[in-house]
Amino acid sequence: MATTTAPHARAYPSGRTWVYEWLTTTDHKKIGVLYMTTAFSFFLLGGLMALGIRTELAVPGLQFIQPELYNQLFSMHAITMIFLFVMPMFVGLGNYIVPIQVGAADMAFPRINALSYWMIPMGGLLIMGAFLFGGSPIGWTMYAPLSVVEPARGVDMLLMGLVLLGTSSILGAINFMATIFKMRAPGMTLMRMPMFVWVTLVTSVLLLFSLPVLTSGLIMLFIDRNYGGGFFDPALGGNPVLWQHVFWFFGHPEVYILILPAFGIVSEIVPVFSRKPLFGYKAFVLATASIGALGFTVWAHHMFTTGAVFLPFFSFFTFLIAVPTGIKFFNWLATMWGGQLRFDTPLLYAVGFISLFLIGGLDGAFLAVVPFDFMVQDTYWVVSHIHYVLVAGSVFAIFAALYYWFPKITGGKLNERLGKVQFWLLFIGTNLAFFPQHLLGLDGMIRRIADYAPNAGWTELNFLSTIGAFMIAASILPFMWNVFITLRGPRDAGDDPWDANTLEWATTSPPPAYNFDALPPVRSERPLFDLKHGTVAAHPASVPAAAGQTHGELREDAPEERLGQPVEGHEDSSGETRGPGAEVSAQAPDATPAAGSDAADLPEAARQDAQKPRKPGEPE
Amino acid sequence: MTASSGVVQPHIEEEGPGGAAHGTTGIDTALLGMMLFIASEIMFFAGLFGVYFNVRAATPVWPPEGIDFIEPLPLTGIGTVLLVLSSLTIQWAIWRIRKGDRTGLVRGLAVTLLLGVAFLGIQMYEYFHFVTEYSFGIDSGTYGTLFYTLTGFHGAHVFGGLVGISVILLRALQKQFSARHHIAVEAVSAYWHFVDVVWIALFITIYILK
Repeated sequence: MATTTAPHARAYPSGRTWVYEWLTTTDHKKIGVLYMTTAFSFFLLGGLMALGIRTELAVPGLQFIQPELYNQLFSMHAITMIFLFVMPMFVGLGNYIVPIQVGAADMAFPRINALSYWMIPMGGLLIMGAFLFGGSPIGWTMYAPLSVVEPARGVDMLLMGLVLLGTSSILGAINFMATIFKMRAPGMTLMRMPMFVWVTLVTSVLLLFSLPVLTSGLIMLFIDRNYGGGFFDPALGGNPVLWQHVFWFFGHPEVYILILPAFGIVSEIVPVFSRKPLFGYKAFVLATASIGALGFTVWAHHMFTTGAVFLPFFSFFTFLIAVPTGIKFFNWLATMWGGQLRFDTPLLYAVGFISLFLIGGLDGAFLAVVPFDFMVQDTYWVVSHIHYVLVAGSVFAIFAALYYWFPKITGGKLNERLGKVQFWLLFIGTNLAFFPQHLLGLDGMIRRIADYAPNAGWTELNFLSTIGAFMIAASILPFMWNVFITLRGPRDAGDDPWDANTLEWATTSPPPAYNFDALPPVRSERPLFDLKHGTVAAHPASVPAAAGQTHGELREDAPEERLGQPVEGHEDSSGETRGPGAEVSAQAPDATPAAGSDAADLPEAARQDAQKPRKPGEPE
Repeated sequence: MTASSGVVQPHIEEEGPGGAAHGTTGIDTALLGMMLFIASEIMFFAGLFGVYFNVRAATPVWPPEGIDFIEPLPLTGIGTVLLVLSSLTIQWAIWRIRKGDRTGLVRGLAVTLLLGVAFLGIQMYEYFHFVTEYSFGIDSGTYGTLFYTLTGFHGAHVFGGLVGISVILLRALQKQFSARHHIAVEAVSAYWHFVDVVWIALFITIYILK
């Protein structure tokens, strides 16, 4: 139990500096923090590029940025935000949270995990280095034939950087899947996994099956550019539209890769701050899985205007995705309905996500209507849609997650007042920046242009949009200040500051190496809630009928015993005293100090019952 | 207790597929990782095959005129037989080590390695032959691009498999594997079978279904 009370008795062995430790770590929590800080740095870079774009577009005429640089900026802005910010940020959060939520000591393959991380800065360096070699002014979609004939060397650096990032994501996906399938705590069946674990699983499946296709496409493009290949060159017998098929076969699942983790984060936060279980757990799981499956059937809705795709099929399936997404919205609303809402910053961001992502979802449904899509193809309507989905969606969820898990990761709780200032700046800024773009799109302003005519009637809306962009940028400053003062301040958030439900709050903040000395028993998808409130409030619908054959309750006296075998003398229903070792683990009050009164109300027997020790693994 | 000092890392212990590592049953974690990796590789080749069939369907004459030298027999057919044979030999090696026969494992792996090298040799000779005698290169239109990209990436995967086999052969020579602990051999052989199956698909697509 020593690690639970004093996790860092001796942080590093003598002779090793903290630099060495962080450079060589295979600990999933440190790698998670590395991912998140790297991603946030790229977020700042990508944000600066966006400010450049918006500054140029504020008023008609070319003021600051010439078209050549402008083309590089909008291409690189999208690449940076998608591949170097949102994806690594979600992988970092998953890296930190998922193993703890499933009660594991680490990821399944810690060294591959480190490899996955280190490919991110390498790939990022290659991609940013493209600016030194003519840039990569081909848009983030890299459409042929422009991407084939563009002479800048920067394009090749971009392609290779993306291959690296893709490999990193594939290895990460394998790691997550192996962790989730093989390393769950005893009792944690698939249908008891926290929702964030579920979305990470589905996202990993999407990554595993879509990213290799992008990799093959990137390599084909590289061959076309450098070795005289003819994949996408009509003069040699190739087909430029083929690139679009390959790219969007990856690109559409990619959209769900960028948003499903956000759904999971919101589904973690909403129940905790509503003091209710997630409404419709099973429906939510099924909706997540069906979004993942449908994600592979709709890639050509990005290609309606090419005339090369069967419109009714792709239009129909695109609409179909609204069904599982709608289910999720009702899940969240029904969870909040009648709950005791606590409007702390995480919930604020979650509610902001729900309301604004709805707009992004609705204007996306417009795009599924083929005639409407023909009208707004390549206009600012599309720009507005993607930003409502990725800024109001993914970025809001990322901030929700950072506020929610910051106490767990650092031990210090972010300042609420600064958090609310940031939220309102970001909320207003996002709407101001991106809502006018809907109108611009309907008005015919096409994307990827550095200038527009003064008499086009677009000036006011563009100016509003630029103000919004600067408000978004301004909202990042209170956040960084908040992180700074919180890291300097006392780390006294406690193990469970939000009175939450899942296993990561059952260990210390920050968790010790290998996370747990003892795990609470898992009998529902809210093991910590069961621990704090006994059996009366357990959520019966969440306990599968097959609870009798749970993966074996661990015996105190023989933790390394083979699981899956029925353990005699141990009841599955809670509330009964268990094996002889039950009383050895008396750290229940320590584990949940913030839960104070709740834990104290528990009968002693029930609390002991709920605290069976579990060694992380065999001693040898 | 630091992250790298490996106090408890249940995942890296090697267990046979039948063995239950730390309370879990079913497939070994390392083997599951390899299976998932193979799944991603299948999608990689699916992308290449998808492009191949797309271009092929859009081209009136296939293979294009002047390309009449890509024949399944004799040379490539021999290479195919060798590669299929190597799948059998590595499986034989697995069966041997499952029974604890370390010598059998070493022999099986060594033969597999030789067969794989022979296959790559034949492929390189074929490339050389095509480039020098027929001036058929990667820049000879879409057909050349597809031919060299598909077979070339397969060749690269064969090479990767050979590196893997060399590693487990060296480890086998140091007697690191036993009837219970040989998960690395299982994983490499799964990968090798995958490379073999991809070649069969490629051989049929490119050399036979012309």
